[in-house]
This record gives sequence, C-alpha cells and structure tokens, in this order.
Amino acid sequence: MLLDHLPALLAVVPLVAALALPLAGAVRPRLVYPLAVGAGAVTAVLSLLTLERVLTRGVMRYHVGGWPPPWGIELVVDHLSAFVAVTVSGLAALALLYAGPAVRSGTAGSPAPFFGLSLLYLASLMGIVVAGDLFNLFVFLEVASIASYALVASGGGRALMAAFRYILLGTVGASFYLLGVGHLYLLTGTLNMADLSQRLPELAASRVLLVAVGFLVIGLGIKMALVPLHGWLPDAYTYAPPAVTALIAPVTTKVAAYALARVLFSVLGAPAALAGIPLMSVLAWAGGAAILVGGVLAIRQNDLRRLLAYSSVSQVGYIALGIGLANRPALAGAYLHILNHAMMKGCLFFAAGAVAARLGGSALTDLRLMHRRMPVTTACMVVAALSMIGIPPAGGFFSKWYLLVGALEAGHTLLAGVIVGGGLLAAVYMFKVLEHACLARPDEAGPRRC
Amino acid sequence: MIREHDSVIVTTLVRMLVPPIQLFALYVVAHGHGSPGGGFQGGVILAAAYILIGLALGREELERRVREGRLLILGAVGVLIFALTGVLGLVLGGNLLDYGVLSIVGVRGSAARALGIFVIEIGVALGVAGALTLIFCRLAKTGEEAL
Amino acid sequence: MTEFLAYAVERYTYWAYVALMLIGFYAMIAHGNLLKKLIGMNIFQTAIILFFLSISAKRGATLPIIPPEAAELVVAPPHFMNPLPHALMLTAIVVMVGTLGVALAVLIKIHRTYRTFEEDVILRQM
Repeated sequence: MLLDHLPALLAVVPLVAALALPLAGAVRPRLVYPLAVGAGAVTAVLSLLTLERVLTRGVMRYHVGGWPPPWGIELVVDHLSAFVAVTVSGLAALALLYAGPAVRSGTAGSPAPFFGLSLLYLASLMGIVVAGDLFNLFVFLEVASIASYALVASGGGRALMAAFRYILLGTVGASFYLLGVGHLYLLTGTLNMADLSQRLPELAASRVLLVAVGFLVIGLGIKMALVPLHGWLPDAYTYAPPAVTALIAPVTTKVAAYALARVLFSVLGAPAALAGIPLMSVLAWAGGAAILVGGVLAIRQNDLRRLLAYSSVSQVGYIALGIGLANRPALAGAYLHILNHAMMKGCLFFAAGAVAARLGGSALTDLRLMHRRMPVTTACMVVAALSMIGIPPAGGFFSKWYLLVGALEAGHTLLAGVIVGGGLLAAVYMFKVLEHACLARPDEAGPRRC
Repeated sequence: MIREHDSVIVTTLVRMLVPPIQLFALYVVAHGHGSPGGGFQGGVILAAAYILIGLALGREELERRVREGRLLILGAVGVLIFALTGVLGLVLGGNLLDYGVLSIVGVRGSAARALGIFVIEIGVALGVAGALTLIFCRLAKTGEEAL
Repeated sequence: MTEFLAYAVERYTYWAYVALMLIGFYAMIAHGNLLKKLIGMNIFQTAIILFFLSISAKRGATLPIIPPEAAELVVAPPHFMNPLPHALMLTAIVVMVGTLGVALAVLIKIHRTYRTFEEDVILRQM
C-alpha cells in the first residue's frame, strides 16, 4: 500500500523533484515552474493524507531499509508532526506558486536553481518533521539551512553580507546541536528518540546530560531565532529576494521550534529542572523577552520587510513561551501559533513582495495609496494584521488566548502581562503599516513614484 | 583565469598522474565496504583529478574535457541514482532504501543488500565528483563574467 | 584538588578538542577578514568531528571488520572499535563541505561586489 510509505514519501517526493529539475531545465526550460508547483502540491496532498491517517490510526512508525529500530533509521509521524507537515508543505506550495512571476521577471535568479533549491529546502523541512532519530534531524536541518543560505544569497548586494552572517551563525547553531547529540550518544549509546526517552530517566543526574541539553537548546535556539540568538534573522529576511523570503520566513523558525519541542518533550521528557538549572523557566522567560524585544524593535522600523522580520522574532517568542510553560493550554497555544504565524507571516510577506514589485520598493512610505491601487492585497493585509494583534475571530486570538490561560494556570501573571503587552506592541506596528497603506491622503506629498 | 603551468615537469607529471588517480578513485568507490573508502571519498578523489587538470594545465584544458553544463547534470544524475534505488526498494515491496527486496539479477538476501549499497555508492561518487568539479569551475572563473 | 587534576589529565583529549573549538570560535569572532572567519568556522566544525570520533576509540580494540574466515566465530563487541560515529561523521563532513562551498561562493560574489574581504570596509561601503 502506498499509504503505508507516507512518512518516507513526504521527504522523497520533493527531493526527487528537486533533482529532476536541472535535467528538465536542460531539456525544456518551460517545464521547470509547473514541475516545481506540481511537486509542492503533491507534497501538500501527501501531508494531508498523512494527517488523516495519523488521526484515524494513531502514530505512524516507518523503518527505513527494513531495519528495525534502534539499529535502523526510524521515521515517526505523530499528531504534532503531521500538523506541522501540513502547515509547512501548504505554505511552501503556495510560496512556490507565488514565486513564478518573480522568477520570470528575473528578480530571484534563474528558474532552475531557484526552484531546485526551494524544493530541496521543502524536502529537508519534511525530513526534519518526520525524523525519528536525532542525527537524521541534524542532517535534514543542515540541508535545509544550506538551501536557505543559497536562496538568501541570490539577492545580491546587501543580501550577500546578510547571507554570510546567516551562514556563520546558522553553522554555529547546527554545530552546537551536533555537540549536544554527541554528548547524548556518549551517555547512552543510541540516537533513536524513542530509545533515548527510555534510557535517559535513570541517567537524569549526569553532568553529561546537562551539557548535552545546554548545547541542544542553544543550537536549536539559534536556528529558531530566539532572543538573544536572533541576530541573523532581520538582515536575512530583509535583503533576500521577496520570493525567497515568502518561502523561508513562514516556515524556517517554526520547524526549528518544532524540533526543540520534539527534543524537549519526546526525548528528555519535559524536565522542569536539570541539576538545579530551571530549563523550562529559562525558555519561557526568553520567550517573554523575545516578545517584547521583537515588538519594540519592530515599531522603530521604516522598512516594511524589516518590520515584519522583527515581528517574526517577536512571534517566535510566543512559541518559545508556550513550550517553556509546558502545560496543556500553553502547549496548545504554542502549536496553534505555529500554524497561525505561518499563515499570518506568509500572507504579510506575500503582500510585501507584491508591494515591492508593483509599487516600487518596500519602505513604508512606498505604501501610499495602496488601498486604491491594490485593494485586495490591502484587505488581506488588514486581516493578517488583525490576526497578529489577536482580535477575534481572526486566528491569532485563539493561540494567544490559550497561551494566556496557560500562563495564568502556571501562576506566572507577569508572563500573562507580557503576552497582552505583545499584542499591544503588535497593534502599534501593524497600525503603523496600515496607516501608511490605507490612511494617507492622495494630496499629501509623497515619493514621485505614483 | 588559471593558465597552464610554466614548468614542463609539472605539466608532464600531471598528464601522467591523472589516469592512475581516476583509477584509484574507482577503486576506493568499489572497496568501500571492506576497507576505508566509499562513495563520498571516491567522488572527492575523482573530482581532485579534474581539479588537478584545471590547476596545472589551465582552465581551458579543463573546459575542453568537461563541459560545465554537463557537470550539473552529472551531479543530479548521481543523486537521482541514489534516490531512485531507494524508491525502487519501496516500489518492489519493502520500505524505502530496503535493498533486500532487490532480486533483479537473481541474488538474494545479504548479497542483494551489498549490491544495492554498491549501486548507491556509485551514485554518490558521481554526484560528489560532479558537484565539486562544478564548484571549482565556477570559483575559477574570477575576473570573468557569469558567476 | 589532586583528584581534579588527575581527572583533568586523564581526559586530555577533551582539552585538545575544547582548545580547537575555542581557536575556531575566536577566529570567527575576532578577525575582521571574512575569509578568516570562514576558516575559523571550519576549524570549529573539525573540532566537533574529532570529538565525535573520540567516542569510537577504545584501548586495544581492533578494526570493526570480520574477516571471512572468522565469520562463524562468536563476535565480542567490546573488542571492536565503534564504527557508528565514523559513519555519522562522514555525513557531517559532507555537510561541512556543502556549507563551505556555499560560503565560498558567497565570498566570491562579495569580493566581486565590494573588492575586499575586510568586514569593516564592506560595512562602510554598504
């Protein structure tokens, strides 16, 4: 049955498509875009089938090569994995569809490399989501990072320095993750997540475990752009071509946050404290700091995409806060925020790319008269802004509500205040954007681009 | 622009050395299961042979022997061999990358797994050689257009 | 104090890996030349690979290959070196090479655009 092989197919289908793209591009260049969009759509459909299967039949475990774990590579799809897979592949398929005009007009590089790298990126993100052992997750994490380094660098000009800084920081993050995995292997002799979760409880007092957890959290924190490890994100998202940011911005940090949740909960069993260090509290407070820092820095920006990048830093703080609180409502809020933020940021970055193409730039002052010239895009931006602030019935309200309930349930009223404060900060910077887009009167002095 | 080396000793030696290097690369690929070696290592040595041609005999000589457009296709074909062998295992009834079910040539069991791994190593060697030679060709083009 | 010294001297290999990692990290942070930062990143990754390989080494162990004539004899795993970290590190080296390739391509374009590798000069030009 083909449906039994779904965990493997999720990663293999975009990978084979990514490899076939240079060959198709050499034979007939017009095939590249339909092939890429088709592969993205097929992956999205496969992930929906996987979600349906997991919901009806429970966790899917797949033994690659027929070798049983813990000797073989295992792919595990549980409810969280299927949910993140649907989110990521849906957004990526939409971003691939969105990238067509940009690639045709030449702003994102030539078609075959761009779509090949994008499909490779999608394949490795799917690989991260279905990975059942820690080293496989590292390999897919690094392949996704390498693809995104190349995609970001294709912007030229300022994107090159941003990409180089992204390369340095991203590699440090992945190397720290690898060090953490190495320490866990040193301690237990296995890399399989299920096996580790059985062997680690009796070794909980070991100092090697403390070092391993430290490296893992910091490595994944760099990949997730958790404050204060977020330095690579604003430049990379701002200067990359709009088509590239539309692809990587909604999904990169969410998949890294998923990996962090997977490592903390499935492998380590949600340790509240390890050898006296309150791990989850540190994570929750870092999330809170991220919400405030990202929000305040976003208010100061005059460039739309830079503002959205700092807003991403802020929203990742919500997810980290939920993971750190680690009770049921908070985790429900964090995981729901993965979907919400992917859709909100995806919508906003798609709109920003459209603005850059149609209205000539991405500074906030370029948004003048947008509500007259691009009414549908403006309406979508308004809906996304409502969701970011957290106004019902837009989706962002529900994830923030769950996070609030979780914070109050854990007794952290200050963190609940931070969540509400983050919503207020989002209101300020989103209204700043919408003011430039909707409320500037046509007789006011503006740039001569109109 | 890398020109041909001035010394005749260097150019003659390189012309003599490159075929044994390529042969050694194939040897390393084929003996990966029993001794140090395998796909990636053999592919790197194969790429090193071509890079040596480029460094010692000039970039035009390298361009005459390997057309750059073909290298990307070679790399993609190599990795496709890997992926399709894995998918072949899936199609024939086992899981992904299960070589035990590859009973094409009449071999069974562990011999089929060894054959499957050998095919994959060839794919990896082609992919790595193509990619590294392509990286060298592109990096060596400084001072000209088209990067 | 003496037991800490004995502990530290016994694990001398880890000090070497830590020293290499810190050298690489220092090069990444302190040097202004982008190529030197890249080489520092490479040294850092190499130190991690060496650390992993040290997991597989055992005192008095032999290569993890069973010769054909000994195929029926009982295999005692403690006498063989652990091959798994070597296989994992092969993959990590390939990843390292891939990252290095992308970084070098980006550096070439930076040099073509800004004519220099010094970070402060580039930031002033931007």
